[in-house]
Amino acid sequence: MDPSSRRRFLQTGAAAGASILAGRQKAFGLDTPGKLGIPLGPYGERSPYEKAVRWRRESRTPETGSSFAPLQDSVGTLTPSALHYERHHAGIPTIDPAKHRLVIHGLVDRPLTLTMADIRRLPSVTRTLVLECGGNSGGEWQPRTGADVQRSYGLVSCSEWTGVPLSLVLAEVGVRRGASWVIAEGADACRMERSIPLAKAMDDILLAYGQNGEALRPAQGYPLRLIIPGWEGNTNVKWLHSLKLTDQAYMARDETAKYSDLMPDGKARIFTYQMEAKSVITFPSGGQTLPARGLYELTGLAWSGRGRITRVEITIDGGRSWTAARLHEPRQPIAFTRFRLPFRFDGRDAVIASRAVDESGYVQPTREELIAVRGMNSIYHFNGIKFWKVQADGTVTNVDA
Amino acid sequence: MSTRDAIALVLLIGASATAVAQSPAFGVGRPATSEDIRDLGSAIAPDGTGLPKASGSVAEGRAVFALRCAKCHGPKGEGDVGPTLVGGRGTLPTPRPLKTVGSFWPYATTVWDYVNRAMPFDEPGLLKPHEVYAVVGYILNINGIVADDGVMDATSLPKVKMPNRDGFVADPRPDVGKPVK
Repeated sequence: MDPSSRRRFLQTGAAAGASILAGRQKAFGLDTPGKLGIPLGPYGERSPYEKAVRWRRESRTPETGSSFAPLQDSVGTLTPSALHYERHHAGIPTIDPAKHRLVIHGLVDRPLTLTMADIRRLPSVTRTLVLECGGNSGGEWQPRTGADVQRSYGLVSCSEWTGVPLSLVLAEVGVRRGASWVIAEGADACRMERSIPLAKAMDDILLAYGQNGEALRPAQGYPLRLIIPGWEGNTNVKWLHSLKLTDQAYMARDETAKYSDLMPDGKARIFTYQMEAKSVITFPSGGQTLPARGLYELTGLAWSGRGRITRVEITIDGGRSWTAARLHEPRQPIAFTRFRLPFRFDGRDAVIASRAVDESGYVQPTREELIAVRGMNSIYHFNGIKFWKVQADGTVTNVDA
Repeated sequence: MSTRDAIALVLLIGASATAVAQSPAFGVGRPATSEDIRDLGSAIAPDGTGLPKASGSVAEGRAVFALRCAKCHGPKGEGDVGPTLVGGRGTLPTPRPLKTVGSFWPYATTVWDYVNRAMPFDEPGLLKPHEVYAVVGYILNINGIVADDGVMDATSLPKVKMPNRDGFVADPRPDVGKPVK
């Protein structure tokens, strides 16, 4: 190799090396090209670019209230534990699990005190279940409702829960003849209390300590809570420390003054535990904008406290015609079922909505059908069909807002 | 089908556990002591089960209310940060129902239970049993349910007939939501 060709070779090689380096520097969106990333960590955090958060109203008593899950940002069918909706009545207690106790007493043969270690020794089950506040979408009864899906429908989430069947623990204590109710009490400052029929306790209630593969979050009842499949969130008592077997319901404040449904005749329905079939479109939904005409995937979530979702239908013409949506599998009972349907936005107004049907044959009703029977003052258990309006300019609004 | 499967699974577990209900299958935990039960699970039944021996008068309750309750519920229970405690009778079937202790709560024992467990909001558990009796008596008094010289105790409180005692009905759902065609 003569000196000139050697020089050419080195120049070519240097140029090739430079172009490789330049290629690496061009990695899209990387903010530290050519540098090492951050080290591994003991507990993961999401990307700093992800901004989905719960929403809550301003309050003079921030220890009580609700925070709403960002359903518009959700994908798939599970809610991250960090974004699970919250409803607290006296703040979130901090509990040392080594000192926590569950006392089971009242009409039982062997009143029992269990530690968390005792409970974790027992056979466990794991179920993916939706949890929905009885007051979710309560604002929808009234003419002016939340502007977006988070504020209108965000008091619902879906998690994988792990725990011990309550029936198993009740067998350990020996339920006495005459017992017909279980009074559950939490360890929060207000010691939240609900009466639960013994039949449901013997059926499918869980003493849950796990959520989405790890311990419950403090806001979800750490270290122990009730999970009651298909029943309103308030009955799923968090920070559970007492179960009392009784021969009567205790008419607690949160089952009489609250969480009862006032009807037009002035009577209130009591023990309205059951959550019914419901669905909502999360994209396109209120507050979002379609950037251009063209094809999109309309999507949303459906669920029912009575079991599996069997069908979701979509309208894009304000309810005149309905088309069956595709449902993501597997569809688990009493869990979020995601639905989708291609949606072509052609620059004209479209009033869109979803309608869910569950395996009991129940069809999600319209707001008008609900109001015709229940009036507008019942606060709880609104599960009406939710309409969004996609406007000609691509912005999406709440039809009722 | 899978709901049934899931329920069947739980029932199966329940059934196998029930079959040995005469003696504990796992034997975990320890017998609950009276201290365990006293410290937890202080729930009060509508027939008065669980109410402690003590008493409090409406007059005493007026003082307790002024000291502990008025800052949130207003000097006369008219409501502020905390909800309104008085009035609302006759409003339940109207477009603007006002649900208060007087107009809506079906049992006086519930008021005792809730004040005892959850009030004052920022210091729950502060009130002694005689103070709870007294302040519940006062709240019932300003609602016109208990007389000015009323005294509340474990016998008198469960006998109070609340105006809306018969205002609750069973859940008839599904009441809306037509079957599929």
